[in-house]
Amino acid sequence: MRILQRLLMMVVIIWIAASINFLMPRLSDRNPVEEMIAASMGESGGTMEGIEEAVADFERRFGMDRPLWVQYANTVYDAMTFDLGISISYFPDRVSTLVLQALPWTMGVMLTTTLLAFVIGTPLGALTVWPRAPKWVNAVVPIVMILAAIPFYLIGLILIYVFASRLSWLPTGKGYASGLLPDWSWTFAQSVLTHAVLPAMSILLASIGIWALSMRGMMVTVQGEDYMVFAKAKGLKGSRRFWRYGVRNAIAPQVTALVLTLANVVTGAVLVERVFSYPGLGSLLYQAILLNDYYLIFGCVYMLVLTVGFSLMVLDLVYPLIDPRIRTSVTD
Amino acid sequence: MANADYQGAIEDWGTSARRWRTVSAYLKRNPSLVVGAILLLILAAVAIGGQAFIDYRDAAPLSNRPSRPPGADYPLGTDKFGRDLLAILVYGTFLTGKVGLVAGFLGVVIGAVLGFLAGFFRGITDTLISLFTDVLLTIPPLLVLVVIATNIPGKLDTDQMAIIISLLAWRQPTRQIRAQVLIMREAGYVKTAHLGGTSRLGIVFKELMPNLIPYLMASFVLAVATAMLASVGLEALGLGPQNEPTLGMTIYWVMLEGAFTTGLWWWWSTPLIALITLFVGLYLVSAGLDELANPRTRRRGA
Repeated sequence: MRILQRLLMMVVIIWIAASINFLMPRLSDRNPVEEMIAASMGESGGTMEGIEEAVADFERRFGMDRPLWVQYANTVYDAMTFDLGISISYFPDRVSTLVLQALPWTMGVMLTTTLLAFVIGTPLGALTVWPRAPKWVNAVVPIVMILAAIPFYLIGLILIYVFASRLSWLPTGKGYASGLLPDWSWTFAQSVLTHAVLPAMSILLASIGIWALSMRGMMVTVQGEDYMVFAKAKGLKGSRRFWRYGVRNAIAPQVTALVLTLANVVTGAVLVERVFSYPGLGSLLYQAILLNDYYLIFGCVYMLVLTVGFSLMVLDLVYPLIDPRIRTSVTD
Repeated sequence: MANADYQGAIEDWGTSARRWRTVSAYLKRNPSLVVGAILLLILAAVAIGGQAFIDYRDAAPLSNRPSRPPGADYPLGTDKFGRDLLAILVYGTFLTGKVGLVAGFLGVVIGAVLGFLAGFFRGITDTLISLFTDVLLTIPPLLVLVVIATNIPGKLDTDQMAIIISLLAWRQPTRQIRAQVLIMREAGYVKTAHLGGTSRLGIVFKELMPNLIPYLMASFVLAVATAMLASVGLEALGLGPQNEPTLGMTIYWVMLEGAFTTGLWWWWSTPLIALITLFVGLYLVSAGLDELANPRTRRRGA
């Protein structure tokens, strides 16, 4: 049931995205044909047949001769089949190619940092309201929570200044050292890793607090429950009460929080990539904005929205493992 | 100890002096509200008070000597284009604050109406509004705004910016207000009023609205913070008002010109400190208001 619901939601999201893509150029005064031709002319002079193809692509896409509803249906169909047109600024590359090239970079950093932040932040938040928590928790958690209020990319700016510019410990940006060619060698992997440290750190530092904060709220509720008193009366060890009785029962809504904040984490990651010129979707989006490449802008946005939607679906699949009550309610 | 003061103060709630004592006793228990409010007040004082002493033209490019370090002439230095960073601090904070307040206000108004309709009438109204809000909540807001902003013809100004951002700023307020109205309409005092013969409209305006105010306040602060996050993000990506010295646009220029490698540390540190103060202040106030509106999250035994 939940999966079906989520699939339906995905379809609605794709439909909304396609509708925005359909509506926006029609509502604004800007003329995409003219801008497209102008932009292509601005490139090297020898791509005349390319311009024709671009215009033909445009005509096919927005075909003025066809009725409006056919045009709309086409836009939705193209979005569903991942046909996002041809990029203007990276002509003659297709938008889908460019987007798929950038996706692994974004996903790599995003997945690692989100999971790490969740794993670190959740117990930290639970410990803040645990009576027998170590002393350092009460010193660390307020700092972490305040860091959560600061946008990722501003933390990134500070990290660049301290660790890249002043101390020169780590590179200031890019995905890997400029002299290297992407291959499966150890030097390349090492370069990728060192370049990923600062972007990952800025997301990590700012998002541990997000999980700590929501876990703290849940843990307060759980601590008031009778079974916590019972566990203590039984004489169970503190660590067992904390993990098996407290955290275990407070963690299900935490996953829901993970789902809801994921959209914000993606937004933050886009700007972090911009700060570090990291070769993911965020930087591609920034390039597209600079060069006024509408198809590429939409392609990046579309892919990121799909990423969030897809992650939500995966989380929903995992949810019954975390909260067994969901499993029993599937039947009704 | 503080708790006992607070309890005692509540008992003699009456004269204004005692009322003040109660409020201050409460504020002592809620330090994040106080610290956050102080941070925001300092920023507001700089942004509004500073306008009396500093000329708006100093925030424009080519108005001063470029790349000057902080000193007697320029207390905070100037950037590569000759903008005085003190002027950017004053007017940038003002503009960023304006966008956030306007967009946050519009967002809360729309959200309050939608949330109220959904929570009060329930049924199909609720289903439609909730479904729409939930779907939009899973979409990263900045990305939708990017698509919208790229399609606005001509140069943006901060007012248009605020309106664009308010297009998505109503989502969380709608959810929060709806949840609260659902709880409140089942509350004892509403039922009593209903049995006492108060009309539906009377219940809405006499019973529900006044009790909703703390939640509206909390929603408002959160909406302002979200709106500022979105506006500064859009600006940092280069989609903001190019001709106005907002804090986000300053960050955009810093990144575009690589101010880190050129050693102009005062160029990026000023907007950065202003933005961090702003976001931390909003966070603390919002956490404090949440504690006020939602006692369940209160710390125990403090």
